[in-house]
Amino acid sequence: MENIFSIAVIVGILTSAIRLAAPYLFASIGESFAQLSGVVNLGVDGIMLVGAYAAFFVALNTGNLWLGVLAALIVGLLMGLLMSVISVTLKAEQGISGIGLYMFGLGLSSLLFKVTIGTVKTVNGFRPIKIPLLGDIPILGEILFQHNVLVYLAFLLVPAAWWVLEKTTWGLRIKAAGQNPAAADSLGVNVDRVRYVSVCLGAMLAGLAGASLSISLVNLFQENLTAGAGFIAVALVYFGGWRPVGILGGALLFSTVNAFQLWMQVLGVNIPSDVAVMLPYLLTIAALAVTMNRAHQPAGLNLPFERGES
Amino acid sequence: MPTETAVVPARSLRRFMFDWKDILFRAALPVLAMLAALLIGAVMLLLLKVNPFTAYAALINGALGSTYSITQSLVKATPLLLVGLGICIAFRASVLNIGGEGQIIVGALMATWFSLQFRAWPGWLLVPATVTMSFVAGAAWGFVPGILKARLSVNEILSTIMMNAIALQLMNLLLRGPLMDPGGITAGTFLAQSERLPEQVWLPRLVPQTMLHAGAIIAVVLAVAVYIFLWRTTIGYRIRAVGLNPHAARYAGINVPFYQALSLTLAGGFAGLAGAVEVIGVHHRLLEGITSGYGFTGIVAALFGGLHPLGAIPASYLFGSLLVGADKMQRAVQVPSALVDTIMGLVVLFVVGSALLSRRWAARRLAAAAKGQEVK
Repeated sequence: MENIFSIAVIVGILTSAIRLAAPYLFASIGESFAQLSGVVNLGVDGIMLVGAYAAFFVALNTGNLWLGVLAALIVGLLMGLLMSVISVTLKAEQGISGIGLYMFGLGLSSLLFKVTIGTVKTVNGFRPIKIPLLGDIPILGEILFQHNVLVYLAFLLVPAAWWVLEKTTWGLRIKAAGQNPAAADSLGVNVDRVRYVSVCLGAMLAGLAGASLSISLVNLFQENLTAGAGFIAVALVYFGGWRPVGILGGALLFSTVNAFQLWMQVLGVNIPSDVAVMLPYLLTIAALAVTMNRAHQPAGLNLPFERGES
Repeated sequence: MPTETAVVPARSLRRFMFDWKDILFRAALPVLAMLAALLIGAVMLLLLKVNPFTAYAALINGALGSTYSITQSLVKATPLLLVGLGICIAFRASVLNIGGEGQIIVGALMATWFSLQFRAWPGWLLVPATVTMSFVAGAAWGFVPGILKARLSVNEILSTIMMNAIALQLMNLLLRGPLMDPGGITAGTFLAQSERLPEQVWLPRLVPQTMLHAGAIIAVVLAVAVYIFLWRTTIGYRIRAVGLNPHAARYAGINVPFYQALSLTLAGGFAGLAGAVEVIGVHHRLLEGITSGYGFTGIVAALFGGLHPLGAIPASYLFGSLLVGADKMQRAVQVPSALVDTIMGLVVLFVVGSALLSRRWAARRLAAAAKGQEVK
């Protein structure tokens, strides 16, 4: 057994952690937009699954990874529209509609996979790109600057999301729609439209999160590929206090734990793999329990808005 | 406004409450939702170049074609109803229990461990003791998210889903370790399944040559019991009050977090029972994949039955037969059974999506009743 605390292993764990954080980042940042506008979309996992399938299917058949990414964005948008119609236009109970969307996505991705692909196949996913100069820094360069383009995109999304939310009118509208929809409405903000845009944007990012699994991280598709990662992504939004930086911290914490348990299995550390796999889920519950900072929770979260009521 | 109930004359209100039109309307919505979902399913099949008529014919034939398939539907309806009853209790308190899968698993684990541990006990003692212990195990699995919600306002949807994943790993761990069939170890197969349970704990079969077991009757009796609990007892009334309007309930002196935690605990208990009947009624041992997705399908059945324990009975049968039909369809015409999972997701979306319509319908009728008019 190798020493798990050797430099090589630690660098390996941290490099994996950065890579594994990408799907969480896409999905959680996207979900935070939906939640800030007042809609809890619990169907993220289902959207990730159809996004992962679409990206994989297109990449497998065209050989073009970017077309795969585009496909994931499009099916994400469609799933987002479905969620919006149900929970914004029809004012449905958001928790249950999200679970419905999850079941739909899980079933649909399995159905499509079995009919159109059938067996487990692999694609050549996005290749790591070493960033000139930065990638040459010893250790740090290896951990941070030798990843593929989707990983870089995921991390660039954090400042981008911060900028949109804090520095643009759209960010203000999104937060107003979630914080006090009635007041936003009286000031001329079209709450339903803002919620549609936010949910759909979040869903497109969830689709991208799926693509970052199927054509960048594991380079295959199978039934229930995400294994609940979408739900962890939703939990990270609470954990991160609805702020991009908080979500970044949460995503890195989770991906590090995940990378750690994967490396322990690889190195044959003597703990049952079932216990190791349990870790992220236990951590999620613990994280939700200790997240007492609800100061940033949108006041209108989970509340359908109907004009002329309340 | 629908809230001005004080002025409703008692006779009109009674007409409002017991009106066949109202019942018909409430029953029609899920049926329409199902038809819409089936229609979309047919379009998807066409896009996949599969003949939807062939697929649906195989589905219906698989579900209703023989006595065996009908009894098999009842076998699958039983855990769905048990999970669904728990869902009715939890959702009535506005607590969304998505933890059915995990609660089924711990119920099944407990049933397996307990009946193997006390295999010397006679059946009349072992069966009720095993079933009770499974209820307790499931309830404990529901209690954890329940108390986290009550004390720390942890979102129960997320925590119950995490509890599902933890239960699944726990079962894998035990099935590959202490609970693994010693026969499989000596034979060298190392199958991830438990030893066969002692025969006196098996639930009696209702129809010879089929899998239909006494658990089906227990589930229906419990459905009536849950109905009485929710609508004829003080605790049930409080659970529903919490769900209808937590602020009003708090104002009326009801301990809202307590009843939320209680409803989640009870929901877990019922799902635990589902795990028990699967083990002692159907398989007579614990196997991988014991839940068969019943934790999720039970939610669909409960929603379809209008979150009413008695409505859940026909709804469970419907979804049980859909599952049986889906298996047959997959084997007969090679259309993946995942089609039915997709349709069930759509049913959930459409049922919750149509709630706005039924709210508006109820508001209109109540407003009309308040004016003392004949409701058209």
